[in-house]
Amino acid sequence: MPRKTLEPRFSVEFLSVLDADGNLDTTLEPDIAPERLQELYRAMLLGRRLDERMVRLQRQGRIGTFAPIKGQEASQMGSVFALRPTDWMVPSFRETAAMVWRGWPIEKLLLFFSGYVEGGQPAPDQHDLPVTIPVATQLPHAVGLAYAAQYRGDDVVVMAFFGDGATSEGDFHEALNFAGVWHVPVVFVCQNNQWAISVPLKKQTHSRTLAQKALAYGLPGIQVDGNDVLAVYAASREAVARARGGDGPTLIECVTYRLAMHTTADDPTKYRSEEEVREWERKDPLTRFAEHLKKRNLLPEGLEAEVDAEITAAVQRFEAVGPADPLSVFGHVYAELPAHLAAQRDDLAAWLQAARDPGQAEPEPPSPPMRGQRRTTRWQS
Amino acid sequence: MAKLNMVKALNLALLQEMERDEDIVVIGEDVGVDGGVFRVTEDLHRKFGSKRVIDSPLAEAGIIGASVGMALYGLKPVCEIQFSGFAFQCFHQIENHAARYRLRSQGRFHCQMVIRMPYGGGVRALEHHTESEEQFYAHIPGLTIVVPSGPRNARALLVSAIRDPDPVVFFEAKALYHAAKEDVPDEIEALPLRQAQIVREGTDLTLVAYGAMVRVAREAADVLAGEDGAQCEVIDLLTISPLDRQTVVASVQKTGRAVIVHEAPRSFGPGAEIAASIVEGAFLSLEAPIRRVTAWDVSFVGFARERTHIPDAGRVVAAVRETLAY
Repeated sequence: MPRKTLEPRFSVEFLSVLDADGNLDTTLEPDIAPERLQELYRAMLLGRRLDERMVRLQRQGRIGTFAPIKGQEASQMGSVFALRPTDWMVPSFRETAAMVWRGWPIEKLLLFFSGYVEGGQPAPDQHDLPVTIPVATQLPHAVGLAYAAQYRGDDVVVMAFFGDGATSEGDFHEALNFAGVWHVPVVFVCQNNQWAISVPLKKQTHSRTLAQKALAYGLPGIQVDGNDVLAVYAASREAVARARGGDGPTLIECVTYRLAMHTTADDPTKYRSEEEVREWERKDPLTRFAEHLKKRNLLPEGLEAEVDAEITAAVQRFEAVGPADPLSVFGHVYAELPAHLAAQRDDLAAWLQAARDPGQAEPEPPSPPMRGQRRTTRWQS
Repeated sequence: MAKLNMVKALNLALLQEMERDEDIVVIGEDVGVDGGVFRVTEDLHRKFGSKRVIDSPLAEAGIIGASVGMALYGLKPVCEIQFSGFAFQCFHQIENHAARYRLRSQGRFHCQMVIRMPYGGGVRALEHHTESEEQFYAHIPGLTIVVPSGPRNARALLVSAIRDPDPVVFFEAKALYHAAKEDVPDEIEALPLRQAQIVREGTDLTLVAYGAMVRVAREAADVLAGEDGAQCEVIDLLTISPLDRQTVVASVQKTGRAVIVHEAPRSFGPGAEIAASIVEGAFLSLEAPIRRVTAWDVSFVGFARERTHIPDAGRVVAAVRETLAY
């Protein structure tokens, strides 16, 4: 009986185009028109400034809990930038910059993070799913969308986002397995930001990389410098082209860092060191890209003020939204309102009416006794 | 018109609906070449190919999660979970996603999909192959829970479930798969969802049941008519959520007494909701406390004792006699 080594024949590439000091590897640089580079930078800057504004709004109690993206702008924008509007984006809950790029009005996102379900409604022609809160459960949906697109013969690629913690969930593995078996046009983008709330990557997985997890399912996996927008874009463009060309799914691991908290509800100083954060601040994706654009004389003047004005206008529109109609929640449970929900809606409407007009809240007088009815003392009083 | 058992009747529904609508795909473990472990999807693979009748990897969350994605794109997946006892591995996809997409997206997306699962005991099967757990799904807003009680209504309800724009969990009692044959029309027949049927008229007491327990309730009603001269009205719910309260309440207003029969454990089960609806809607008509005849509140651990675990006609007859004598 032999005992031999089976050569699995795989390796994981790491891709970096623009280093932390703004040095460019011109042999790997993706070809992007100057005005597109500026658009990309603007979207990243908008993501950063919006995030900072949202933290302030949350601290003031004007919006609820949300997950900041600070530090992950290159991972988000480099990947989603490779999609067409007709492609589909499947977000988790930390893709603010990418969602704005895909057409979500800022005020809608603010509404969503203020507890308004209306904030989860994509426009009729928008090919994006709403935010998904349970970790990794959106990944099988991306595979199903891709299967359906392929079934219909549509020229569509699906891109799904998730974090490092999601790679521990069963749904991640089921999704990659299905995607591989079905050979569907899907790109999995893992934003490995090193921390799943307070749990560091080394306690999340014993794998050397997350990208290598793809190989077990027969897909290509690549690791990229997630703070290098040009590298993320280069890898994403390749993966999207592969999917579009009928060559199946890809897993991209963006090695990045969440500079802020997991959500506005936790305090990262409890679980990680200042030195670590400072080290990653040195690799900030935004300053790195700005440096590069400055060298090429492409960095526009006054962009921050322009972006801030756009955010301020959106915040004003958000704050002008009236109070939510409590009765509207019954309207989207089923296609048609079932009898029991109609009754519950009427109960709530009557209650609200009585609260507005206390005179109407008087109980009805008791009806005459019927068969089997015993009068209680309360009614006799 | 052909005489079909429930397996063949369900197969006919799938076949005719798939011929009618190319957006319908069937997905599950062993549903393709093998035709499903109970043969409900038999021959569909040969007729429609592996793109429409998908032998999926062995992964419940993957099956339902991918089907949610397909439904969001506009396909109409009919998923098979091989046994309902394994559906907790995809319960999160049903509860978190299939049932919620319409509300979450404010009507922009909805999941038109059917999740078929064989449920229940009486066929001497293993643990996880015998459970009756419809109460978990009945508690979820946005889902419709359908439980046919025979070949003809199984076929007609599956047609309606496939055409319903919202997700439907479709429970098939294993005990009924081969239990009896009925005349099933050749042409497509559909039954409205969320509507109960009075399957036996009566004046003395209302028996409420669904799925395999309809047979038990009817058997009990026959015994009571013969031995006691008591006329029980038997209601087959067909859909347990949303519940057709109106039919149940109207019946109890007429009879004044109710006994509910189900195979799920008693506490917090469908019987509690039905009883509450009767109290809310027919309190003044009640002549006796409402009784529930159900499985016991213990997990199903083996088939050696299933005959005393699942309600039978004898237990129903005893409960009815106590209620009539109250």
